[in-house]
Amino acid sequence: MLEMSGISKRFPGVTALDSVQFSVGRGEVVALVGENGAGKSTLMKILAGIYMPDAGTIHLDGKPVSIHSPRDSARFGIGTIHQELEVIDTLDVAANVFLGREPVWGGPLRLVDRRKIHTESREVLARVGLSVSPDLLLRDLSTAQKQLVEIARALSQDVRLLIMDEPTSSLTLSETERLIQVVTDLRSNGVSVVYISHRLHEIERLADRVVVLRDGRNAGELRRAEIAHNRMVQLMVGRDLKTFYADNSSTHGAVRMELRRLRTGRYPAHTVSLSIEAGEILGVAGLIGAGRSELAEAVFGVDRLRGGEILLDGVVVDIRSPGDAIERGIYLVPEDRRHSGLLTGMSVRENVTLPSLSRFSSAGWIRRADESASAQLSCAELKIKTASVETKAGTLSGGNQQKIVLAKWLSLKPRVILFDEPTRGIDVGAKAEIYQLMRRLASEGVAILMISSDMEEILGNSDRVAVMHEGRLTGVLQRSECTEEAVMRLAVA
Amino acid sequence: MRKELGILTLLAVLCILVAALNPQFLSSANIQNTSRLIGTYGIFSIGVGIVIITGGIDLSVGSMFALLGVLLSLMLTQWHWPPLFAVAVVLALGSFLGGIHGFLITRLGLQPFLVTLCGLLLYRGLARYIASDAVQGFGAGAGFEWLRDFTTGSVGRVPMPFILMIAVAAIMWVVLHRSVYGRYLFAVGQNEEAARYSGINSRRVIASAYIISGFLAAAAAILLAFYTNSVAPSSHGSFYELYAIAAAVLGGCSLRGGEGSILGIVAGTALLQVLRNLVNLLDIPSSLDFAVMGAVILIGVIADQVLRSKR
Repeated sequence: MLEMSGISKRFPGVTALDSVQFSVGRGEVVALVGENGAGKSTLMKILAGIYMPDAGTIHLDGKPVSIHSPRDSARFGIGTIHQELEVIDTLDVAANVFLGREPVWGGPLRLVDRRKIHTESREVLARVGLSVSPDLLLRDLSTAQKQLVEIARALSQDVRLLIMDEPTSSLTLSETERLIQVVTDLRSNGVSVVYISHRLHEIERLADRVVVLRDGRNAGELRRAEIAHNRMVQLMVGRDLKTFYADNSSTHGAVRMELRRLRTGRYPAHTVSLSIEAGEILGVAGLIGAGRSELAEAVFGVDRLRGGEILLDGVVVDIRSPGDAIERGIYLVPEDRRHSGLLTGMSVRENVTLPSLSRFSSAGWIRRADESASAQLSCAELKIKTASVETKAGTLSGGNQQKIVLAKWLSLKPRVILFDEPTRGIDVGAKAEIYQLMRRLASEGVAILMISSDMEEILGNSDRVAVMHEGRLTGVLQRSECTEEAVMRLAVA
Repeated sequence: MRKELGILTLLAVLCILVAALNPQFLSSANIQNTSRLIGTYGIFSIGVGIVIITGGIDLSVGSMFALLGVLLSLMLTQWHWPPLFAVAVVLALGSFLGGIHGFLITRLGLQPFLVTLCGLLLYRGLARYIASDAVQGFGAGAGFEWLRDFTTGSVGRVPMPFILMIAVAAIMWVVLHRSVYGRYLFAVGQNEEAARYSGINSRRVIASAYIISGFLAAAAAILLAFYTNSVAPSSHGSFYELYAIAAAVLGGCSLRGGEGSILGIVAGTALLQVLRNLVNLLDIPSSLDFAVMGAVILIGVIADQVLRSKR
């Protein structure tokens, strides 16, 4: 029914898709799997009309089509359930199902035909097995129910191909069962489904075929009979399992930080216990949503801990705010640099010295010359490329911005640095500099916890790798045990 | 500095224009009166400007003038409190009300617009109730002559409110542009989350801005009460919060927070007062007062936006 061939898509600096083939038959459930960044979402966004491919053709029922906009996509009978649900919490169920194509009456007044949208949404809700009143506001529904509302919306538009991007990532087990049932029903009604998921056991149960992408290319395909957990992991990881490690016999010190049975707000039912030695880089791997960032933010005091304790050099510390953490030499380089790391409208100088202003001030009065000198020193040390320290931080490149976030902490006395996706969106050169910097900090005795979704980054830099899955620590691998397959197996466990 | 230069140029052009059209503008009586108003308005505009720099807004100052003015009159003429004590109580009360705003905004997470809008309604109502809706005066000033003379007097030929405003501006300039605390004010206004991730206690910083605004509003309330010499609780100070907001925005403060300067706020205040003066001196019907101001602010903001998008 759908046939995509030779699809390529390039973004500045990256090739997201490189002549990818992808097809879906009528009433077929195709699972699309791959590591983070393998190109799954880009491929589906092309179908949804969000991106245009640079090359390649799309055929629907044998006819060539081009999809220029989400509206085109809907016209061809393609519906997408995005990972972030696109429902409006303050409208009721019926209004959400018919959003943007409300039937009207009253001629030029264009009043919403409320009776019609209610009766019709009731029918379509029944098809997805959701028994709630169409009058309920969306905010009163659970995530799973909201998702069903989105599916109902797609069905009410006579969708022939439904794309589901990580539909179960925030569902409980029983809700997942329900969703699997809905997908099975859709299939028997002749609707085709593209199912993107990291949960391989769901795919084992559900998929008629599995398409694996890796680094923007087709990595392989499995027919129904061949679908197995291990086969999928192998194809996802794929490349030669070369050793990335320079033989780096860094000697570690004593345990610097110990996390004892920590519980975070996102996964209050699970505890995580970990320890990091001084001079060690501990990689934390896992899929998106595994609870890694939440762990780092809890240690840094952004979120209150729900339980457990943090020991620093053997002493229990009470961290209630980032200020408490900073005072003890625990620093976070956050995942979302522009949102939580940087004051984009302020100068490089003002950013770099923000947490350490007390060092450049007497009685609350900033000594401008000292501050400037220190900022210039930091820029030189970290090779931050900027016209001057007075340049606005937001105008610099991603790599330089990340170095500014790092520079904030380096002029203090770090004992533990938590890196969350340290090189996301950064060019190769700056990446290498940041890796060198991490290693240098470790050799100076700093304990480093590095959260990353980039497998090469994890394998190339970590002394040990902790792997998390949905709020639980599923394993800690010593360096000798670290392979992509081993990490991936724990990450999807 | 670009914005400050822009507004200062506009101010200069406007002054020259008015002076050319009506030499009365440069008479010492007119200059004294205008600078007295600039002084009084400047003091509370600086407070509101600081709140705006943290990304908030303070709509309550106009009603605070009525409430504090009524109370000041009662303290001095009815209760015969020592003037110095009365002044201290008014200043403390203004800071306290600001503190409540700050508490509600940072601890309960209410929106600044709503909290201070409720303040605007609440204080106005309280002022009218306390004064039984009657105009409160200061009579002959028996017992507090020196206070009246101080607030309405001059040093040489420079009116006291203007001198006080310069002092406040100088202090706040140091605080805002040279102190650690001032840097934090800008930082929380720019990006509260990033400020928090840098270890700044953003709630305390934001709450303190409302306390400063309350304190400066109280100081202006005293000057204003003696300037008008009578407090009509239903109209005294009404709309004054909008003068402050307009001055801050004209002077380069962004309502999104994180931008602004003391010099800009003072220049913005001066511009607004010169505009009002212009309406008087050029025989424009005084009913057009607000319309002239609205038009000038709009033109200024449009010009700024056009210049910005051209760059």
